[in-house]
Amino acid sequence: MFNQKKTIKIFWTIIGLTFVCLIINIPKVLPLKIHLGSFNWEHTFYRPEINFKLGNTEIKKNLDLKYGLDLAGGASLTFNIDTSKVKSEDITQALDSLKSNIERRINLFGVSETNVQTSKQDDQYRLIIELPGVEDVSNTVDLIGTTAQLTFKGEVEIPAEATATATFYDVFSQDIGLDGSHLVRSSVEINPNNSEPEVALEFDQEGAKIFAKATNDFLNKRIAILIDDYPLTYPTVQTVITDGRAVISGSFDAKSAKELSAQLNAGALPLPITMIQQSQIGATLGQDSLNKGLFAGIVGLVLVCLFMIANYGKLGLIADIGLIIYSLITLTLYRLIPVTLTFPGIVGFILSIGMAVDSNILIFERFREEIRKGKNWNMAMESGFGRAWDSIKDANACTIITGLILFNPLNWSFLNTSGMVRGFAVTLILGIIVGIFTGVFVTRNLLRVLAKEKIKL
Amino acid sequence: MNIMKLRPLFLIISSILLITSLLSIIFWQFKPSIDFSGGSIWEVSFSQNINTDQINEIFTKNNLDLPIITSIGDNNYSLKFKNIDPSQKVALNSSLKEIDDQAIELKFETLGPILGKELLKKTIFAIVLSSLFLLLFIGSRFKDFSFGISAILAMFHDTIILVGGFSILGHFFGAELDALFVTAVLTTLSSSVHDTVVTFDRIRELKRQNYQIDWVQLANQAVTETLNRSINNSMTIIFMLTSLVLLGGSTTRWFAAALLIGVICGTYSSTGVAIPLVLFFKKHSKKKY
Repeated sequence: MFNQKKTIKIFWTIIGLTFVCLIINIPKVLPLKIHLGSFNWEHTFYRPEINFKLGNTEIKKNLDLKYGLDLAGGASLTFNIDTSKVKSEDITQALDSLKSNIERRINLFGVSETNVQTSKQDDQYRLIIELPGVEDVSNTVDLIGTTAQLTFKGEVEIPAEATATATFYDVFSQDIGLDGSHLVRSSVEINPNNSEPEVALEFDQEGAKIFAKATNDFLNKRIAILIDDYPLTYPTVQTVITDGRAVISGSFDAKSAKELSAQLNAGALPLPITMIQQSQIGATLGQDSLNKGLFAGIVGLVLVCLFMIANYGKLGLIADIGLIIYSLITLTLYRLIPVTLTFPGIVGFILSIGMAVDSNILIFERFREEIRKGKNWNMAMESGFGRAWDSIKDANACTIITGLILFNPLNWSFLNTSGMVRGFAVTLILGIIVGIFTGVFVTRNLLRVLAKEKIKL
Repeated sequence: MNIMKLRPLFLIISSILLITSLLSIIFWQFKPSIDFSGGSIWEVSFSQNINTDQINEIFTKNNLDLPIITSIGDNNYSLKFKNIDPSQKVALNSSLKEIDDQAIELKFETLGPILGKELLKKTIFAIVLSSLFLLLFIGSRFKDFSFGISAILAMFHDTIILVGGFSILGHFFGAELDALFVTAVLTTLSSSVHDTVVTFDRIRELKRQNYQIDWVQLANQAVTETLNRSINNSMTIIFMLTSLVLLGGSTTRWFAAALLIGVICGTYSSTGVAIPLVLFFKKHSKKKY
């Protein structure tokens, strides 16, 4: 027989957990107005944010649900990267600088939460860009695809009365006519005198001429080096340079020198990219899909709840409570992990609700059998849970195996890497794990506390 | 309940389903979505009534082949054509604005044929890998050969019917084979095995209790005892999926429909295919018990 005291404790823990999940899932701002005759009550609830300090580590968590491009609207672009002209040992570095260049470009468009990643398919490198909320990318695709623009700008005198308001671009406003096409290569060198890393630049003939003139014009002044109008560095010109070789020295460590050199190289010799896939979903369509999916889910949930009550009476009602706790826990996990919700993800969630009650159905059918065999209520319930456990374990193992193959956690290139398929797999796997927890552990303890022998079957 | 006496009926049902599926797969094949074939899909919501000639004009003006036009609700159209590059899209956009400057672009997608080939390769890999894992799983759970092979055969039975059913849906209702369909196939594989395992577990349990009992009688008892659970569980999943098919919007309608076929098939095949197969193997094996 189970321990009554312990069960009550578990029961309250479950209630507490449910309450916490409920709070996490209320909208950020929830205005409530109750008008009952002369009784007026208005209150606005705010969802508490996770933002506190634990020792020295600050714990901060954004609890908003994250939506994928298909629900939030947005664009995704896939490019093939031509790496044939790069030596194989330089590929990783070239890819990194390509990525950071593109990220910088996109940030210039003011798009937030972009996701830029590179992947490898067989021998082909790919660049995948996701732009949430961007409706029309046709014009920006060209911009992304063009090579990074390396520019050099000379410092100009700012009148004394304007210095306070002058921006970086006001100070460095004189174009010296040198750009990425003049750069042959950039490399990291170690200064033999102080053994500090430096970034060396090498220009072609024409570039060397322009550079010689510029260093003459801007002697003892600063020249800014920008990629896509984003300032990389602005060293002071110390001598006139005529051989087309320049060295940027300063407070570099080995890593930052290497990064800068890679970025300069990317500006000069970028990896050519060609678009192979483009997709964009309007925000209206996304919102529409989300609403329809949610509506379908709620209708389905209500049907399942009614079905359980019709079939198993009060037991079914307790399974329904378990199901609601299940939904709350799952949604909380989506927010905490966080899971990016896509439409197939919603399908996975809805499917897993249907599967979550399976545990309860298995248990209740067992329970009925045991009652028929003449066992008393408590005995029948406990052995129903015990004996159904084997089947529950086996049955769910199959779904988890398939779920993992679909989710492809190790990112194997021979398996699916599509966001759609993964979105489905992740909600399905989470759903099954939470489903076992609520279907077996939660409902069992709810039953122990709430249900008395009076319940008829 | 003597369900096993219905075995000839099950055989007829399964044969009809399998043959229809195979014939449909052979003759009607599938309507591949651009996920597999490559191409473009453009969904536009016009602000006024537009006829197909006007839409075609957008394309002829830009020297592009005419699109396949499907109406998707009031003044909303889905246009399918070959894959294009960004500059062609810019041109299409401006031609669209000439016809209807308030048209809203709902969705645009274009992809080259390489991605489709990759997807096909990945799909086959995923199906083979899942089957292998499930095979290993079943093998480790049921040392008995008859059980293992029956569960696997039932799984393939469901998969063929699902794929065939989708081919029929494609032929009559234009359901397209896309990356999500693959997901539905894999989910069906697992739910089919899931259901079979529960029934087999019961047979094994009964066998342990009464070693001498005849296989047919045993099967009947196991099915009778698990049928309620099996049907009730499928009902809950069917409720969820049906509501998705009917109310969930067009993006995943066929995905949900495929899952629905798979679930129904999986429930039927545990009783109608897997167990009769076990009985068949037991009857023809030398060991009587």
